[in-house]
Amino acid sequence: MEKEDLRKELKVSAIENGTVIDHIPTQSVFQVIKILNLSEYQNQLLIGTNLESRKMGKKGIIKVSNKYFKSDEINKIALVAASATLIIIKKFQVTEKKKVEIPENVEKIVKCFNPNCITNHEDVPTRFTVIDKSELKLRCHYCEKITARSNISFL
Amino acid sequence: MKRKSLVSINDFSREEHIRILDLAGAFEKRPRQRILEDYVVATLFFEPSTRTRLSFESAATHLGARVIGFSDSASSSVQKGESLRDTILTVSNYADIIVIRHPKEGSARFASEVSKVPVINAGDGANQHPTQTLLDMYSIRKTQETLDNLNVAFVGDLKFGRTVHSLVMALCNYNTTFHLVSPTELKLPSSVKIHIKERNLSYYQYADLQEVIPKIDILYMTRIQKERFSDPIEYEKVKNSYVLRNVMLEGAKSNLKILHPLPRVNEIMTDVDDNPKAYYFTQALNGVFVRQALLASILGVVE
Repeated sequence: MEKEDLRKELKVSAIENGTVIDHIPTQSVFQVIKILNLSEYQNQLLIGTNLESRKMGKKGIIKVSNKYFKSDEINKIALVAASATLIIIKKFQVTEKKKVEIPENVEKIVKCFNPNCITNHEDVPTRFTVIDKSELKLRCHYCEKITARSNISFL
Repeated sequence: MKRKSLVSINDFSREEHIRILDLAGAFEKRPRQRILEDYVVATLFFEPSTRTRLSFESAATHLGARVIGFSDSASSSVQKGESLRDTILTVSNYADIIVIRHPKEGSARFASEVSKVPVINAGDGANQHPTQTLLDMYSIRKTQETLDNLNVAFVGDLKFGRTVHSLVMALCNYNTTFHLVSPTELKLPSSVKIHIKERNLSYYQYADLQEVIPKIDILYMTRIQKERFSDPIEYEKVKNSYVLRNVMLEGAKSNLKILHPLPRVNEIMTDVDDNPKAYYFTQALNGVFVRQALLASILGVVE
């Protein structure tokens, strides 16, 4: 069993220092890359999709060298990949593992989908209350309209 | 309620709503009291709404306050490209309270966060119009002598009508049974229905107005606008189904009253106006008393 796990891990090679974003729903991998702006990333970046996973069937993984994420970036990941795990690697060793969590409030990172909302017309930082975590429904603090998973976009 | 902004109907608790309605009742008995002589009320109307603006200005003037402001954005610095933030910051230096009407949803909430003085929302796009809701509640309580356990029908454009959305949300605090009469295209949105469901209240949906009339205490009529329909043929098909005529009121309960936020176009025939059940013009007058109550309590002049 252990041997098998090792082989799986090696499908995407290890990094010395940085962050591993594991257990990403496989269809969300490229969304995570886009949200985190990783296409512009200058350091080593390893991406795997459609990897076998006992927990998820198929999963995606992103390994980002020399990068530790700030909490607002972690929140962004949670909105598209609620199942993701963050693994902090220092000198090839796992120093921390944490699950990403959809926050109660989402500030500044999501655009309100209502075109007539004041946040889309004036320099107003967006604020949402998460009213449904599983369906992902965000109520705008300003216009009170609901932005749902299907029409979410990031600032 | 002193210094508390009113942006959304849910900003005030049930107790605060009742307090405002009680105060409005006192102002109805004595509408002219010079209790706001030392105060300046700013009415900032970024889009024209003559009825609402005059109602606020009448309320303020009856209490002796001075009113400053503008009646549409063409005559303000918005024309020069000033941001809402800057306008509010500036005006809150000049006035003790700001009444704002703005075409963008969420503008009043933003204004209340920027402003140094309390803000009353007089309509932000399709979102909220809480002073209309309070005057609707006042009218219901006055004609029915209670707000509790009533059967209320909403008729017409339930999808886009913000007065309907706010009033439905407010009435969820009073064990209301809702009767929703609208064409399929203009049904009450699920974001509003969720409030009814959360309270486990009953609601019934109808496509026919006549059917609902014998069952209800309040008939809240709204206008159906042609431009709300994606298919103009659909509008032609339904437009006459939601028109109230005097003959339709024959089977109604004796306590039934008809409300309408106005302006009316043709959804209530003029032959209804003389029926004692017609209450919409008195309803508009009640708006002055409710706005007096809000100005006086938010400015802290009455407890």
